[in-house]
Amino acid sequence: MDRRESLKSLFVGTVAGGLALNGCTPEAPDTETKPLVEGKGYGRTEKEKIRDQKLHEEEFLVASELETLAILCDIILPPTAEFGSATDAGVPEFIAFMAKDIPRYQTPLRGGLMWLDNRSNAKFGLYFKACSVDQQIELVEEIAYPEEQPSALAPGIAFFSLIRNLTLTGYYTTEMGFKELGYIGNTPGVWDGVPDEVLKDHGMSYDPKWIKRCVDQSKRNDVAAWDEEGNLIT
Amino acid sequence: MQIIESPEVYDVVIVGSGAGGGMASKILSEGGLNVAILEAGPMFDPRDDTDRTQLRPPWESPRRGASSYRAFGDFDSAYGGWDIEGEPYTHKAGTEFDWYRSHMVGGRTNHWGRISLRFGPKDFKRKDQDGLGDNWPIGYEDVKPYYDKVDKLIGVFGTKEDFPNEPNGYFLPPPKPRLHELYYIKGANKANVPVIPSRLSILTKKINSKRGVCFYCGQCSRGCMASADFSSGTCLIFPAQEAGNQVKLFTNAMARQVVVDKNGKATGVSYINKDDRQEYVIQGKTIVLAASACSSARILLNSKSSTFPNGLGNGSGTLGRYLHDSTGASRMAFVPDLMNRKMYNEDGTGGMHVYTPWWLDNKKLDFPRGYHLEVWGGLGMPSYGFGFNATELNKYAGGVVGGYGNKLREDVKRFYGATMGISGRGESVPQYDNYCEIDPTVVDEWGIPVLRFHYKWTEHERTQAKHMHETFESIFDAMGAQVLGEKPGEDSDYGLLAPGRIIHEVGTTRMGTDPNTSVVNQYMQLHEADNVFVVDGGPFVSQADKNPTWTILALSWRTSDYILDQINKQNI
Repeated sequence: MDRRESLKSLFVGTVAGGLALNGCTPEAPDTETKPLVEGKGYGRTEKEKIRDQKLHEEEFLVASELETLAILCDIILPPTAEFGSATDAGVPEFIAFMAKDIPRYQTPLRGGLMWLDNRSNAKFGLYFKACSVDQQIELVEEIAYPEEQPSALAPGIAFFSLIRNLTLTGYYTTEMGFKELGYIGNTPGVWDGVPDEVLKDHGMSYDPKWIKRCVDQSKRNDVAAWDEEGNLIT
Repeated sequence: MQIIESPEVYDVVIVGSGAGGGMASKILSEGGLNVAILEAGPMFDPRDDTDRTQLRPPWESPRRGASSYRAFGDFDSAYGGWDIEGEPYTHKAGTEFDWYRSHMVGGRTNHWGRISLRFGPKDFKRKDQDGLGDNWPIGYEDVKPYYDKVDKLIGVFGTKEDFPNEPNGYFLPPPKPRLHELYYIKGANKANVPVIPSRLSILTKKINSKRGVCFYCGQCSRGCMASADFSSGTCLIFPAQEAGNQVKLFTNAMARQVVVDKNGKATGVSYINKDDRQEYVIQGKTIVLAASACSSARILLNSKSSTFPNGLGNGSGTLGRYLHDSTGASRMAFVPDLMNRKMYNEDGTGGMHVYTPWWLDNKKLDFPRGYHLEVWGGLGMPSYGFGFNATELNKYAGGVVGGYGNKLREDVKRFYGATMGISGRGESVPQYDNYCEIDPTVVDEWGIPVLRFHYKWTEHERTQAKHMHETFESIFDAMGAQVLGEKPGEDSDYGLLAPGRIIHEVGTTRMGTDPNTSVVNQYMQLHEADNVFVVDGGPFVSQADKNPTWTILALSWRTSDYILDQINKQNI
């Protein structure tokens, strides 16, 4: 199942309570609830495995909330020619998980979404997700930047800032995000200093006296031995 | 409940498998003794794929490595933290102390920063210099041979600097500095602050046929599958077992108390098996406590008997007292010259490649004792928290704060690797009135009475933290960096972290020649019980501004040699 598919299934497999809250017509409920992220063996203790499992089985954000969230996430990080959007990277699912993992996010997330719908209704007589793209952008423009003095928009600004933070974290901690950033570590290698052209760009150079004592990577596999004064002789 | 007594009598029962316990198990088992180790947590071996977090990308964790459960995040190799479910501790009103515990084979050596600094001659004799606290009953010359042996056995990179009070050692060659570290060197030089290669117990070069060489993933805090950094399991306990020595590990064994006979002689340790929740007694001729400073004090305080009504080793009333942690404060800065970085693999070793040892003369300052500086930054692997407040730096870079869309993508890339930080880690002055004791009314889920803490920083530590912040700013200013956030003032103790936060707590079973003012003698043997020893940080008279692990290892080795000698002479 690709990311979009899994997101769609998430929208479907939810309780009706949340939907009623927004006055929508619930779709036929899908009874199958599968963990969005399979609990991989990432070095968990028994207690942690149980905690992860419980979190996967719980539900906090409901389908209608996730729909609005997904729209916001994709306004924050729309696709580019090279890289996918926030939803392509599974960001809404990640935020849905974090709301369960760190419960202090719950009220700001749920309340923030309500605030946004309230604002949207006041302006356009529509819930945020029912607005046209132009209307949605107009609403986001109002809350995407900090203010000098807090106005009536302040709760929306705080909410958008939270979503922006979680969207960026959710996106750049995926393979796609790594690729966009150009992060190429987390792999066995040999560190032999900052590349010359980078040093040059920064007007830096290694102090020869310092560097003379650093590891000679060609001898890294020779077993260390010292003379009596503690000087390395291998 | 019936207490189950093991029939086997071990030569030595060691409580705790961290630095002190691991070293004792190796030396004592090599000396031919039959050793049992009680460890409160489960087995952990970073070479085993089921325990491995090393090299796992953030997306293998559904929370992307967030610290919602483990204090330092999902991939950090410490089972525990400042708060452990079912194992509480309490405080005397108006005081604070955060108690970090890691229950697993290897204890906190699995996740620590690998900063491996010897105490210098001055560090053992602080009272001689400033009249505060007490001198150690031993000096650098007593510990030096053991530091030398630890260097050669375990491996530490660094350089001979002949720097005052920072002794030379047997060093492996250090790695080259990273880019932000070169900026740090430049700024520090301008600000008249010295910088030298750091000293970390990471193998930049092969040290024996069993352990691998660092492959520069920058993740020592996750434990190393190549055993290329120091942890008690991979470098001490497992090698001792693999060599065929008699070292038996009891995991999930939570020690309650030292058992003494009617003559007051220690005969074993009682513990709870966490798997079946039954209480057991394991018998030993010699008992070595290495459960961590506060846990060992707790075990001794709970070891009440008709001979020792206030706990074993507490005749002086100093057991649990003189608890002290390192001081700590940090500051972050934005380095405009590090914007728009060219990408390359900058992971390096799992720690800083350069640092600043204490360089000033306290006689010219308004606080006693020094601090060292640690530096951090670089093109680290993104994990939970990456991108938070990503647009804020536009305040200083002339862009727009806030926003969304492609502008945001550009901001993230522009500022990636453009921030860095400096942390100060300093020496506090041990106080009689900073202590842990048994809370008379509270037990943990194993039924064991818990610790209650009473700890207050003094003006010494607060004034030192103030000075740290002045140093941070002078270095950042000299680098052309923009210091972030507000400089903390008097109302927040100048940014001084709560005691316990630096996880260098020591002093609770302190060493001394006078049984009226100390718990153990210079060989870390209880004044009151010949066959009971403490080999963790508890016996430290004063904690230098150095990280305590290297000294714990050296002293545990020294005590182990003493134990073997005393057994040979049939003194214990």
